[in-house]
Amino acid sequence: MNPPDSAVEVAPGVHWVGALDPGLREFDVILKTANGTSYNAYCVRGSAGVAVIDTVKVSHADDFFRRLEQVARYDEIQVIVLNHLEPDHSGALPELMRRAPQARLYISEQAQMMLKGLIKSEELAYTPVTTGDSVSLGDRTLRFLHTPYLHWPDTQCTYLEEDAILFSCDVFGCHYCDPRLFNDRVGDFRFSFEYYYAHIMRPFREHVLAALDLIEPLALNLIAPAHGPILRDAPRAYVQRYRQLAAPLLHNEAAGRAKTLLVFYISSYGNTERMAQAVRDGAEEVEGVRVSLYDLQGSEVAPFVDLVEEADGLVFGSPTINGDAVKPVWDLLSSLAAVKVKEKLGGAFGSYGWSGEAVAMVEDRLRGLKLRVPVKGVRVKLIPTAAELSRCQAFGRDLALHLTGQVTHKIISMEELNAREQAHA
Amino acid sequence: MPKANVTFEDIGVTVTVPAGTRLIEISEKVGAGITYGCREGECATCMMRIVSGMENMSERSVLEDKVLQENMAGRSNRLACQAQVLGGEVVVRPG
Repeated sequence: MNPPDSAVEVAPGVHWVGALDPGLREFDVILKTANGTSYNAYCVRGSAGVAVIDTVKVSHADDFFRRLEQVARYDEIQVIVLNHLEPDHSGALPELMRRAPQARLYISEQAQMMLKGLIKSEELAYTPVTTGDSVSLGDRTLRFLHTPYLHWPDTQCTYLEEDAILFSCDVFGCHYCDPRLFNDRVGDFRFSFEYYYAHIMRPFREHVLAALDLIEPLALNLIAPAHGPILRDAPRAYVQRYRQLAAPLLHNEAAGRAKTLLVFYISSYGNTERMAQAVRDGAEEVEGVRVSLYDLQGSEVAPFVDLVEEADGLVFGSPTINGDAVKPVWDLLSSLAAVKVKEKLGGAFGSYGWSGEAVAMVEDRLRGLKLRVPVKGVRVKLIPTAAELSRCQAFGRDLALHLTGQVTHKIISMEELNAREQAHA
Repeated sequence: MPKANVTFEDIGVTVTVPAGTRLIEISEKVGAGITYGCREGECATCMMRIVSGMENMSERSVLEDKVLQENMAGRSNRLACQAQVLGGEVVVRPG
């Protein structure tokens, strides 16, 4: 075991100079951390200078500087790379720049505005970099890979070419604190690795795939992430695991031949349920749409989230109780940040007794999640009549036509829009 | 009064409006997938994309320009609550 305060050699001339935070039990509000976490920072020595890659959370800056001072003098530092500016990586950056004023800061192009937001200084000198850019340390070269949205827009990876070491930032990372540091020595951290992916990377699946296209061709002796164990044993296995995790959890066997529309509903007296059935019936009239109806009372949220990930359209039926949509609807709607829903089709409907706010509230939430909400929802006071059920059916049909791109483009005037709004007021 | 046509790509609707109309006045009424926050050009919640016809939009004000830059907006982005349609054809979408 390494002495608790020492820098740890990762490869010749490459040291871990990060910090351990074993007591942390919740990260960024959204993640539980049963084993705490580590803030991994690295120091790379080249013949023409030293590079520091990432720093640590400000509360752990003393540990970082103590370790850094064991392997480099501040006046040797020529390069500082911040792969991602979230405060758990950039916390010690201002002090590091003060101690090593000659060093040049390298960040991704997308990180520039974030840097100004974090450091609050207009006089910062830095070099924005992207895929293909590199910086020389004499006999060693750091090459940058632009990997946006893993998990912030600014995220990049840095590749030490001569040693085939990938400083991967949050990619391939996890919240698992173990002073033994290396994946072949620490405890079993697989659940943390998978959990981290599911909560941090999964919403950005397309970006994960793009990043893997950049990373997979690289020779990889070691992956040095910004959190969790350093992956020196079989590093490529973790790249392969990301490729598997980036596949949808539920394979949509209808994807090739039909658009999928999910109708979720909850109903206290069966009125919203009858509306849901009518919405389904209407949508089914349209060729090339696979419609599924789900009672939210009959399931936990998580399996629905997996379904939503692969669906083309989502419709929510909710009664209005005390001026609001009901909790199971919000539970599902508040869980969709875990998957990509942007630009899917959305809609809402529901029966109500007094006021009927639920439909508009759900529509606003869907727009907030960047879904398209092209068809105004249907509200019915209490028990739907046959005519009202026909409206629900037409609503379902219209949604299905939008899904399949069969809607005729509408042209209306501002006067008509104003008149329509007054009629609904 | 001169007119302009604004097409909302996400919902497949074109609205004919008087020149000078702010995008938010149309997008809210037509139900386009744009969300709104302060409505005063400060929060960037209503940032949207001009797919074509930027030449038919009002110039960015100093405020709009600053807020767009702070939010890492691209050249085709505008704030619905600030940008006015001056004439001709404009195609927009959320984001």
